[in-house]
Amino acid sequence: MNPLLSAPLSVLNVGVGSFADAIASQGGTATRIDWTPPAQGDRAAGMALARLVNHPRIEAANAKAYRKLVAAQPRLIGIGVAGKTLPGIGRRMILHAGPPIAWARMCGPMQGAIIGAILFEGWATSAAKARALAASGKIGFAPCHHHGAVGPMAGIISPSMPVWAIENAAGGNRTYSNLNEGLGKVLRFGANGAEVIERLRWMRTVLAPTLQAGLARLGPVELKPLMAQALHMGDEVHNRNAAATSLLIKKLAPALLKSGAASADIAATIEFMAGTDHFFLNLSMAACKAMLDAAHGVPYSSLVTTMARNGVDFGIRVGGLGRRWFTAPAPVVDGLYFAGYAMADAAADLGDSAITETAGIGGFAMAAAPAIVKFVGGTAADALANTVAMTHITLGRNNAFTLPALDFAGTPCGIDARLVVDTGILPVINTGIAHKAPGVGQIGAGVTRAPLACFTQAVTALAAAVKG
Amino acid sequence: MVSATRIFPNLYRDSISLMQLSAVLAARPGIDNVSAVMATPANLALLAEAGLAPGRVAAGPNDLLIVARGKDSAAVTAALDAAAAEIARPTVAAAGVAGPSLPRSLRSARLQVPAANLALVSTPGEYAAAEAMKALRLGLNVMLFSDNVDLDDEVALKRLAKARGLMVMGPDCGTAIVNGVPLGFANAVRRGAIGVVGASGTGTQQVTCLVHRLGAGISHAIGTGGHDLSRRVGGITMVQGIRALAADQATKVIVLISKPPAPEVARAVLKAARNCGKPVVVNFIGAAPDSVRGQNLHVAATLDHAARVAVALAQGGAPPGPDLGQLPPVRLGPMAAGQRYVRGLYSGGTFCYEASAMLGAALGTVWSNAPVDPRRRLGDARKSKGHTLIDLGDDAFTRGHPHPMIDFRLRNERLLREAEDAEVAAIVLDVVLGFGAHPDPAAELAPVIEKARATVRRRGREIAVVGFVCGTELDPQGLDRQANALRSAGMILTESNAQAARLAASIAGGRR
Repeated sequence: MNPLLSAPLSVLNVGVGSFADAIASQGGTATRIDWTPPAQGDRAAGMALARLVNHPRIEAANAKAYRKLVAAQPRLIGIGVAGKTLPGIGRRMILHAGPPIAWARMCGPMQGAIIGAILFEGWATSAAKARALAASGKIGFAPCHHHGAVGPMAGIISPSMPVWAIENAAGGNRTYSNLNEGLGKVLRFGANGAEVIERLRWMRTVLAPTLQAGLARLGPVELKPLMAQALHMGDEVHNRNAAATSLLIKKLAPALLKSGAASADIAATIEFMAGTDHFFLNLSMAACKAMLDAAHGVPYSSLVTTMARNGVDFGIRVGGLGRRWFTAPAPVVDGLYFAGYAMADAAADLGDSAITETAGIGGFAMAAAPAIVKFVGGTAADALANTVAMTHITLGRNNAFTLPALDFAGTPCGIDARLVVDTGILPVINTGIAHKAPGVGQIGAGVTRAPLACFTQAVTALAAAVKG
Repeated sequence: MVSATRIFPNLYRDSISLMQLSAVLAARPGIDNVSAVMATPANLALLAEAGLAPGRVAAGPNDLLIVARGKDSAAVTAALDAAAAEIARPTVAAAGVAGPSLPRSLRSARLQVPAANLALVSTPGEYAAAEAMKALRLGLNVMLFSDNVDLDDEVALKRLAKARGLMVMGPDCGTAIVNGVPLGFANAVRRGAIGVVGASGTGTQQVTCLVHRLGAGISHAIGTGGHDLSRRVGGITMVQGIRALAADQATKVIVLISKPPAPEVARAVLKAARNCGKPVVVNFIGAAPDSVRGQNLHVAATLDHAARVAVALAQGGAPPGPDLGQLPPVRLGPMAAGQRYVRGLYSGGTFCYEASAMLGAALGTVWSNAPVDPRRRLGDARKSKGHTLIDLGDDAFTRGHPHPMIDFRLRNERLLREAEDAEVAAIVLDVVLGFGAHPDPAAELAPVIEKARATVRRRGREIAVVGFVCGTELDPQGLDRQANALRSAGMILTESNAQAARLAASIAGGRR
């Protein structure tokens, strides 16, 4: 028999708020829900979502996926060469950020960066010839994500570039990222002039071998505790990496000095890292991917395991839906622009770095980074609110990453595509903004949101998968 | 006249809040018409119907849209500014109790409150079925206050609920009382031994109030929604309600309230009633009393009768007959020749329906926009003829306007117009108190009743304004306070809807 009449009444109130007042005034218990139309009013998606709420298969799958996500222990194991290290990469292949995209549709910075990579590889002798080669179809383009890798902004990785190698000690899976070039005229913003190519060559011939020598001396670097410590030092490990980079230098410097590498190379390496606040970003991203890859592939899971942008499309992948991308137009970021630039100059949202938010840091850990609150409204309270809002769309809190400003609560972690559609709360992403013309570089930074359409498509696909 | 619109992007407010806001704005000087809505396609269409088409606006379903029309741009702008200020003001509950992080979905609320056992859903109808589905999947019973839910969805929800041992009250369930707690539009009543299962919200309000006023009390009042006893749904919730009350220790007598159901549904419901092991009082509103048979079944002729039978049975007495007892005296001056018709202006659809059945039996032809006899449907609900009873809560009146239990403008205008009609002898009004109703109905009605009577007297006539208050002294509006104010304005108050209809019939019947 239904125990409704014999148990004390406890009401969840969806809709007219005054009904909750009446219930409370007569001694009942009522919990208000701050409701808005699910899927931002898309009724069909809302109904598909409703049928997936508390679905036993999905709940079980998510529990399993979430356990793998938080159990992952990413550690830096060394530096390799992309063409020899990345799974499935071809000899004439260039990897890029975000979901798949053909050359003709790529944004300016991505095309510029690809031209730079072709010049760097020596496949063409001039920018014009490189462009023609890229358009000829003789170069294979593929997302970094399809080859175990991530890259910030244009995310360009070509075969002879050095890559960080990260291993999840808990699951054995490996991920990779390119090395950060610093700010200004850099490949990831589409610059491809001589100084850019020269720096890439130096990174390949000096920086990478020196770091590898240091790492060989040091042994694996556990990244999770390093990131957790950086969160306590004012980084959110996406748009601010000053603390994490310092911590990395602190770990590496003694090993580098004992590595036997040439002292001039060690000096140049430390100098380069010290001058590159975002040096750790690429490691943060690969570490996040290592955690999320571990959680990917549990059938029926609605856990979001990828969010990435190619400057044209925003794409997500979901743990229980294989390699499928669910895409929507990438938004242009309404952020803070450097003097002389405005939103009209900006490329649409770009880069694989939203992997950090997917793993529950970056914008989700905004509460950790009061120094950059100008991006989210200007006050520390806004930063806390951003983090708290994300708890409505995540499966749990990651106690490995705690937030002092929230009494050491864990970061909201593990986006459930169902919850995004249900609440209409879109994942917040801290991001840099690239100029839409290749090579100009970063012109601002700010906060953007993942488009709802990606999540409604994923939920609809999941509904079909559960039915089938 | 000038019109202006204002859009508040990505701002959601529930429809009742918006209706209240519209009503406040409409009362401002120089404002002719105003409507605040979420800019869904359906609402935009309603605005157009109400003559408030905003033209091409960049507003979607997540945006709050206000359209105002008034005598000049200063008045319209002032009204829109007032709206913005009102919207910006945090509600007491939102600012105080809730704090910054209310749950944003049923799922997260369920995690926060593991003891929750019912979801009260009052979202716009197009989203309500999805919320109810979520609630059921989360193991919650549902009261679906929302209307405009597809019948297919209702059937699917109720079957799912039944399979999971849960109950869906509604859709379009206005009233319920569970364990003494009012849900939706309900009255504050004493707890006691009488359980109600009602397909009609106002019918349930009438019975629970009368039970209270007779000194007894209510164990639970379960609402089924108006479509539950249709062939398609088959009375799933009413049968569940009967069984739940049968198993409930506190309930000694069960009252069933519905318009006459489809015959096969009636059979299923009455079978459950006969087998429930407790006395059951059945009021199929307006139906012939001989349609119900069974040892433990007691037929009630009216809602009033149902309450009296239930109280007698609960107190171990013999059930009284359908006679409505002493009616209040009518002390009025002489009416003019030709004054012979009754005009009823109801905010409760069930009250209108019951009165139509009674007046039809007493006086013959009764016209209505929601008639008992489909041949007596008014061509134009805005124009009365002969004996006419109007349900002002009907969709034709509420589209784009607040419900008449909240907003008295429509009824007050109509009241003055009916009083102008030289053929009218009596006007009947229902006054509904309780949670969700207007905070002070008498303050709205009394001045208009006085004005109507004064107008009529100046023309050398007299008119009876008859009615009843559906409420209790425990209601927020206070029964005595409301009744006294209405009596002072010259309204003749009976105890119930049935009594008011009987009194109006006797006034008009004596003048044929």
